[in-house]
Amino acid sequence: MPQLRIVVLVKQVPDTANVTGEAMKEDGTINRAALPAVFNPEDLNALEEALKLKDRHDARVTVMTMGPPAAVQVLRDSLYRGADEVILLTDRAFAGADTLATSYALSLAVRKLGGADLVLCGRQAIDGDTAQVGPQTAEKLGYPQITCVSRIDELSAPADGEAGSGAITATRSIEGGFETLTSPLPCLLTVTGEANDPRPASVKMVMTYKGIAAEAMPEYDDSYLNPESDDAEVCMLGRDGKPVCRAKVVQWDHEALVADREALGLRGSPTRVKEIESVVLAQSEARMVTPDEAGIAELVHELIEEHILG
Amino acid sequence: MSNFFTDNADLRQTLRSLDLARVVRLREDGYAQARDFAYAPGDFDDALDSYTRTLEIVGDIAGEFVEPRAEDVDRAGAELVEGEVVYAPGIVESLERLTQADLMGITLPRKYGGLNFPVSVSVMIVEMVSRADPALMNIFGLQDISETVNKFADDEMKAAYLPRFASGEVTGSMALTEPEAGSDLQNVQLKATEQPDGTWRLNGVKRFITNGNGRISLVLARSEEGTTDARGLSMFLYERDEHMRIRRLEDKLGIHGSPTCELQFDDAPALLIGDRRRGLTTYVMSLMNGARIAIAAQAQGIAEAAFRAAAKYAAERIQFGAPIGDLTAVKGLLADMRVGIEAARALLYETALIVDTKEVLEHRIAQLQAAEKAGEAPPAGPDTDIKTLRGELKTYTRLAALYTPLAKACCTEMANQVAYDSLQVHGGSGYMRDFAVERYARDARITNIYEGTTQLQVVAAIGGVLGGTLAGRLDQYDAEDFSATLELLARVRHARARLAEATARVRDAGDVRFRDFHARRLTEMAIDVNCAYLMLRAAQTDARRLLAAEYFVAAASARVEGAAAQVLGGDPSLLDALTTLASG
Repeated sequence: MPQLRIVVLVKQVPDTANVTGEAMKEDGTINRAALPAVFNPEDLNALEEALKLKDRHDARVTVMTMGPPAAVQVLRDSLYRGADEVILLTDRAFAGADTLATSYALSLAVRKLGGADLVLCGRQAIDGDTAQVGPQTAEKLGYPQITCVSRIDELSAPADGEAGSGAITATRSIEGGFETLTSPLPCLLTVTGEANDPRPASVKMVMTYKGIAAEAMPEYDDSYLNPESDDAEVCMLGRDGKPVCRAKVVQWDHEALVADREALGLRGSPTRVKEIESVVLAQSEARMVTPDEAGIAELVHELIEEHILG
Repeated sequence: MSNFFTDNADLRQTLRSLDLARVVRLREDGYAQARDFAYAPGDFDDALDSYTRTLEIVGDIAGEFVEPRAEDVDRAGAELVEGEVVYAPGIVESLERLTQADLMGITLPRKYGGLNFPVSVSVMIVEMVSRADPALMNIFGLQDISETVNKFADDEMKAAYLPRFASGEVTGSMALTEPEAGSDLQNVQLKATEQPDGTWRLNGVKRFITNGNGRISLVLARSEEGTTDARGLSMFLYERDEHMRIRRLEDKLGIHGSPTCELQFDDAPALLIGDRRRGLTTYVMSLMNGARIAIAAQAQGIAEAAFRAAAKYAAERIQFGAPIGDLTAVKGLLADMRVGIEAARALLYETALIVDTKEVLEHRIAQLQAAEKAGEAPPAGPDTDIKTLRGELKTYTRLAALYTPLAKACCTEMANQVAYDSLQVHGGSGYMRDFAVERYARDARITNIYEGTTQLQVVAAIGGVLGGTLAGRLDQYDAEDFSATLELLARVRHARARLAEATARVRDAGDVRFRDFHARRLTEMAIDVNCAYLMLRAAQTDARRLLAAEYFVAAASARVEGAAAQVLGGDPSLLDALTTLASG
């Protein structure tokens, strides 16, 4: 049975869950400097699903992020929890990307890896909250997708030499209930916070990887693309500048991805912010609605009048 | 977001100020382990960074995961279902978390999958887990029995069992106590019979066994037929099978999540650990000393939780138009609690450092001996003179034998006082189950009983208090630089002089009964004077700790003064009345 190839797409985000006074600039945009950078919570749930699959199957978990060099912290956090290898997509050319340009770069990177059996990512990031990158990446890869997954029910790994064999069954949260779907592999899943409670970092892994910096060796070894190869290791520079070959970590720029520069970063992003409105909710008194037919009918009527419903 | 390490300034300061450099160098074989293990430190700063990161991870698990489950664990308790113990769900989940974080072999050597951390750091981990849930701490803390296997078992047994501890696959128990052998362990009756193949069979009953359902038990048993004393006892490793039955679970006042089992062994197969006849005299003493520090840390954790609950309640509870925390009487209680916690913590980590030093000296001497025997050059680095090291080991063995019971008595009595005062600050609400403090009060109550009551800690410590061990250490403290707090130093020295007078009086009296009667007071005075020096040390560089030291010395001096007066004014003949007064 071949090794199951799982790729997890993660993002480093400003910690909007613990907002302080200076979190927002005057113009209503996020003041990134004032917010600590954290692992996007639902991406951590996606990683946990990957690691759970690895606990049961012979799997290789590759974690990938696109971001500035500092984003290597989420890759370290992934190694601390049991990821096998991590890839940092970092390049000035990637900067300012919207979901279209981001998913373009991510899909190229997954292709460069030789594809995957399963791509997992969080449903959405807590900074943009678009929930678009996962679906768009699936589209570009030509993979089927199951979004808003709250549970992976079953996975049958692909059989040796049979392309397109293997399947995954997952349950997604939909309005008013759940939906269980089965998809052939390869497949992309976006995972919600309901799926699991992510495992803690292993202190052994923390001690192993804590000093690793995000600098690829000048000539990294392409044989790494073949998971069967024993020489698959790509070394990182340790704190003392010497190569540390404990993790399989690489750094790719736009040239490594053979990307169309016009489709990357700000240039490849048609999304424009037209206007930002800082909405201040005025506090007002709560109103009780009687929990019966009449009370609800009255409330619905009122909401329609206010153009909130309908 | 709650992190029991980052929110605890005193604990973080303790880690920073603990002088672990030599301990870690020796423990890491001069940092040579970094060549063989990816997670071994390359130097002391690297090690300290790893400890800090680990403590942050434990602090996060304790605050975010374990603590929120503690109340349900207390309510559900452990149950005996069809002969098997079922833990509360929160215990199972938390153990899984701690296992995932690789925290089940904290002090074990790396070759067995352990972290090779010093005892001091392990104690910090235990303290935080206990602050979150003292019942969980019992099961988690019992990983310590693997340390006894590591110290005394042969290589084959170590290789077979230690990796299973370190991976979290097995939990354990110390099966020592029997119905007729509690504090008096030399009366143990459980019988061990040797088989032709060299294995052993166990027959008999053990009682009050914490986590007796664990996969592996270290069992104290009588291996020498016809003996009645300690020298007829050996230590065995027993792995659960159908030959041991859990007869009942105790229904306890506190630590409900920790199962306390009665075990019946029927021809249960077991392996001898180390040598025959050394079970109680050597192995249990080692096991027990480790466990005593762990229980002191458990108490420390409960006290921290109880104090924080009281401070929070006092800030929120409005009476007479203001928070009750504004009232001087309540402030006084809170300050007593906090300063008591910090003083006990100082003694706890001083003790941990002493034990750490003793252990690395043993390790180093064994290493040097092995090199000598093999005709190899001694391992590199300082500390190569075996004779000097042996002398030092002798000192540190004595210090560990004194400080372990001092710390256990100090921390567990303090924790009970703090839990009591915390409940008092809560008033009527504290008596209700709506607040966690009633749980802290119940959980704290066992700490000064098990692993030797405070009265037994006094027995263990009094020799060192009366002899030169304590005085030697106090002399060392006294020679440190206290120039920033000379006035305070004078008061500590005065208290020390009163302690010296009282000990001289007891020594000179040459009356065992007089000594036994005042041993408690002398031990308490020794703890106070010791803590005072340690608080003074911490106060040299830290303004907040100076306040704590002043507050502590004021109260401790008065306590020492009172106790000294009682000892010095004591008339041995008055003790004749003891029997009459104590009769029911």
